[in-house]
Amino acid sequence: MDAIVTGTLTEPKATDCCSESKPIVQTVPRKNIMWVYIIVGFFGLVSIATYAMHEYYLYLSAYLWFGFIYGMCLQYGRFCFASAFRDLFAVGVPRMVVGIMIATVLFSITSSLVAATGWSTFHAAPWSVHAVIAGIIFGVGMVFAGGCASGSLYKAGEGNGVSMLVILSISVTQAAFVDVGGWANKLVPKSWAEAALTKGLPSSINVSDGWVDQYLAGYVWEQPVITFAKLLGLDDHSLVGALYANTFVGVFLPAVLLLIIVYIFWSRKRYVMDLKTNEGRSAGLADHVRGFWSMIISSKRTAIAGLFLGIACGLQMFVIEGLRMKFGVKNAGTILQRIGFDYGISAKGTVFDPGYWYVTTQEAQWVGWVAQKLGFNNMDNIYFGWVNSIPSPAINPADWMSVALIGGAAVMALMNNEFKWKKPTKELAIWALIGGALMGIGSRLALGCNVGAFFVRTANGDVSGWSFGLGMIGGAFIGVKFFNWYTERKMAKEMANIDFDL
Amino acid sequence: MAMQFKQVEHGLYTLDVTGYVCPHPQLYTKKVMEKLHSGDKLELVFDNPSSAESISAMCTNEGNPVLDQKRDGAKFIFTIQKA
Repeated sequence: MDAIVTGTLTEPKATDCCSESKPIVQTVPRKNIMWVYIIVGFFGLVSIATYAMHEYYLYLSAYLWFGFIYGMCLQYGRFCFASAFRDLFAVGVPRMVVGIMIATVLFSITSSLVAATGWSTFHAAPWSVHAVIAGIIFGVGMVFAGGCASGSLYKAGEGNGVSMLVILSISVTQAAFVDVGGWANKLVPKSWAEAALTKGLPSSINVSDGWVDQYLAGYVWEQPVITFAKLLGLDDHSLVGALYANTFVGVFLPAVLLLIIVYIFWSRKRYVMDLKTNEGRSAGLADHVRGFWSMIISSKRTAIAGLFLGIACGLQMFVIEGLRMKFGVKNAGTILQRIGFDYGISAKGTVFDPGYWYVTTQEAQWVGWVAQKLGFNNMDNIYFGWVNSIPSPAINPADWMSVALIGGAAVMALMNNEFKWKKPTKELAIWALIGGALMGIGSRLALGCNVGAFFVRTANGDVSGWSFGLGMIGGAFIGVKFFNWYTERKMAKEMANIDFDL
Repeated sequence: MAMQFKQVEHGLYTLDVTGYVCPHPQLYTKKVMEKLHSGDKLELVFDNPSSAESISAMCTNEGNPVLDQKRDGAKFIFTIQKA
């Protein structure tokens, strides 16, 4: 007998679309439930077996299970940063903007509390116009790709072949982009090249051969690091600095302002019309407050996902820092070397170990590791060779997080009978590759994606987070404009022989 | 499979965007709804779960009721009426 589960779909009324949710019984195939057990069992077995080998693997398992939670939340809430402004501009739907702001505010509260304990793993990034430019490139890419970096991961967990191609494209592009030198060195401004040489990097890195190397060492590293706490003359790790400056001033106020703008330009008109139709009167201030609130709670799925994401993200920082203190390390590179893995470790002994939710670098590392094994030298650049390493994906903590994210999303999709292997069409494959490439370039220029460069930084009071976000909004606008034109042409062909008046 | 839009009979249309990812299902749905006359119905078929949320919200915003929502395995089938 197939398993029966209840899910919710919005239950329509003929006169008032989508206003209530009602439980609807769905039949979930028994094989879906079997796969849920297999996936959860696999991750459980990995955690238990590796812990039995050495307790240091607890560090990797922590990344794994937080990744799993993120995957479940993202799939449940259809949580995708790309859709935030894409769907707002394309179809006037503010659902994801609301969801992201909820998640960011909550994450900011939890991360500020963690910061005040001194257990935060966060470090703010250099701020300059590069964050905005990178955001624009990333924003265009995420619209073309059909999802942001984290969105593509969770959708891969739904069996979506387009998203898998996006991840591949992001990964390959990043791995290539961070290593490109030769002809690309001619495009490096002289000031960057000179400044890069003063950073004292080892000769193995060969900093003067590599566009991204000179961009990082000669430009980005020269820029100031700015948080809202610093701007107000406060300490990022004090309760006042963290909660008042970084959270209230740096996140809550801008988020509320942004949502008010969204309400005014995208939601207010329908609310006012409905009020006139249903109650025969115009809207006063109290009505607009109610209208604003109804916009906030309009998608329960998204709000719930945002709530859990915000809490889990802050908790991960606390747990990872706690484990670092337990094991007496500052970076997972030390842990890997202690348990006997030193292949691909960077020149300063560190591996990519953000201590919080992050996407893109660990995917680039998959490709970098494969390329290194095939004989390419990927260790002569800052990204792999100096900072992040290219350890085997099998023992790379952030890779455990991403793989588990995909698994968590798959579990949620299977339980709701939403898992389906979808082979990309040629059309969508091309968009996936282009979009993924732009996201790969944008994320390396910003030193992060929608998660690392926007969500995490913004929540932690880093000014560069909002800068990247503004860029993403601009990029999404450009991407939507293009796709509007593209789909208009395709639709015109489909409608050519249809007479709507007949 | 490519996007397919058909007129079934006067006032009833189908749009099949299975296989498409965001934002294609929502963009195509919007464009079709713009062309329909008041009272016309659209049977929309897609299999991208995140588009379900966006399309439902879009219908609410534009006042076009979703008369029916069905599932056929991983497929979503919406019947939307132009207000």
